[in-house]
Amino acid sequence: MRFRYAYGGDEFLFVEISEDMRLESYFLALEITSKLREKAITGIIDICPANSSFMIRFNPDHIHPDSLIKLLKDLEKEANHSSDVSITSRIVDVPILFDDPWSHEAIMRFRDRHQEPEMTDIEYSMKVNGFEQKEDFFRALTDRPYIMLMVAFMPGLCTTYQLTSEEKHIQAPKYVKPRTFTPERAFGIGGAFACIYPVDAPGGYQLVGRAAAPVLDKDQRLPDFKESMIFPRIGDIFKYRMIDQDEYQQIRTQVEDGTFKYNIKEITYSPSDLLSNMDTFSEEVTRRLYHD
Amino acid sequence: MIKIINPGIYVSVQDKGRNGYFEMAMPPSGAMDEYSFIAANLLVGNEENAACLEVTYLGPTIEFQEDYTIAITGGEMPPKINGERIPMWQSVQVKTGDILSFDFITKGARTYIAISGGIDVPVVMGARSTYTSIGIGGYKGRPLKEGDVLESRIGNHDHVHKELPSSYIPNFKTDYEINVVLGMCSYRFTEDSIKDFFECEWKVTPEADRVGYRLKGIQLQFKEREQPFGAGSNPSNIVDSGYPIGSIQIPNGTEPIVLLRDGVTCGGFVTLGTVVSSDLNTMGQIKTGETIKFNQVSMEEALTIRKNYQSRVNQLKNYLLS
Repeated sequence: MRFRYAYGGDEFLFVEISEDMRLESYFLALEITSKLREKAITGIIDICPANSSFMIRFNPDHIHPDSLIKLLKDLEKEANHSSDVSITSRIVDVPILFDDPWSHEAIMRFRDRHQEPEMTDIEYSMKVNGFEQKEDFFRALTDRPYIMLMVAFMPGLCTTYQLTSEEKHIQAPKYVKPRTFTPERAFGIGGAFACIYPVDAPGGYQLVGRAAAPVLDKDQRLPDFKESMIFPRIGDIFKYRMIDQDEYQQIRTQVEDGTFKYNIKEITYSPSDLLSNMDTFSEEVTRRLYHD
Repeated sequence: MIKIINPGIYVSVQDKGRNGYFEMAMPPSGAMDEYSFIAANLLVGNEENAACLEVTYLGPTIEFQEDYTIAITGGEMPPKINGERIPMWQSVQVKTGDILSFDFITKGARTYIAISGGIDVPVVMGARSTYTSIGIGGYKGRPLKEGDVLESRIGNHDHVHKELPSSYIPNFKTDYEINVVLGMCSYRFTEDSIKDFFECEWKVTPEADRVGYRLKGIQLQFKEREQPFGAGSNPSNIVDSGYPIGSIQIPNGTEPIVLLRDGVTCGGFVTLGTVVSSDLNTMGQIKTGETIKFNQVSMEEALTIRKNYQSRVNQLKNYLLS
């Protein structure tokens, strides 16, 4: 991997670790950005690790972008790819209603912005991934847990990545021309990632379902949001679970009366646990979530 | 207190915005044209970051329920008190019961209304700016509606007349040149397309708001590659990465989107470059239907443009504070 350093105007620096998605790049982005954060350098405003890259916002009146690049290149050299660092995180059951009427209504308004205007997002995503039955497609999207890589795009939006081998990953291109509307809590897939839109928003991911519970609660009404209005945290392991209309409605009622709580278990893992045997890790996570 | 009689199209409370929350996908928000915003505050004797009203395209009608000093700056939208024209870029004394209204905007896109003391709304994550996408900050996290009553902070309402000579007033046009630093994922485009991007006269579409402006122009071409794992099969797709404020993404190589102060922080489309931060002020004054030509600058040139802007702001402060 050779890092690519690129300017993002006079206030941002973009560092691409790899053009493709690999968890090694992601963990490296976490390692380097956390080391940079420890240095508490004057002039650095934001440090944002992403899927296979990271971005820094800085004030060039305090630090010249080229000095920052030099500093980051040193961190790149020193990086020890410390995959044995321990991450204490949560395993979360995230209920999803697939093929929901709200996402369907939204996508039908934007068929002229889609690769295949004659197909729905679900039909198109099934086609490009070689699925014939909706059930099989939804099962493939939910059979393995996902790692929550970053909160991105808008506050609360979780970018998650399924813990499975590259060949088994479901992938979808983004809309040819992004939508101007996506319903709150829509569940979308784009590239090799799945996300939940926190609020009504623009967007480019293919919409395949809708989460029953929120990822953003700006008034912090629900118990899981007492510490932060944003639910997802870096390193969380999400298990998306297919639910029916009835369960969706039950959860909505609980959200509305303020009693909803996610099913959460604690977990401590290291990147190497996850990278060395994804199958075992996935099984362990699922067992702990539902059977412990 | 001020009361909104008619809210116009989109009026929101803004200050200079919140910084340091990009990692939680919170953009800075803040006045789209910071220069005009600062001028409005200094004209009424406020500190430069006091909260003002930012008016887009169509002016509101406002009733003052106290005596204030006000100033109106930014895009040219002729203001009136009780039906009588008042000047922009000057301080004006208003009395309890006075009604502020506007004629149609003639130049620019956004106008600022400062009142002495500044608008009193809660500080959320270090700022009073409204971020309507998730509904936080400003007045109840949303644009103003008919009947809203906004409090002011304690200020000096004794009128001291101040006005700006024309040399301090930006010149709004209909065709703009905006400086851009090439970078981000520009390597995805062919060299000819990068050249074409900087030669094209881009037209601002109706999809233009505080989040970003979508532009119409030409089709750009990508270098051939096998799409990397995780990006998506369209050649404009990348593995989701950070989007700077001011970054220019080009989905499918057509209709670039320039992200502005309420921009999304990250996404999966290729970005060609980023607008120099001080030119975001100019971007905020461009209307649907007007044109933009992008000018490629080096990092050193960008830093000079930034410095020149800062010295213009300093001159403004020296003039109004002396």
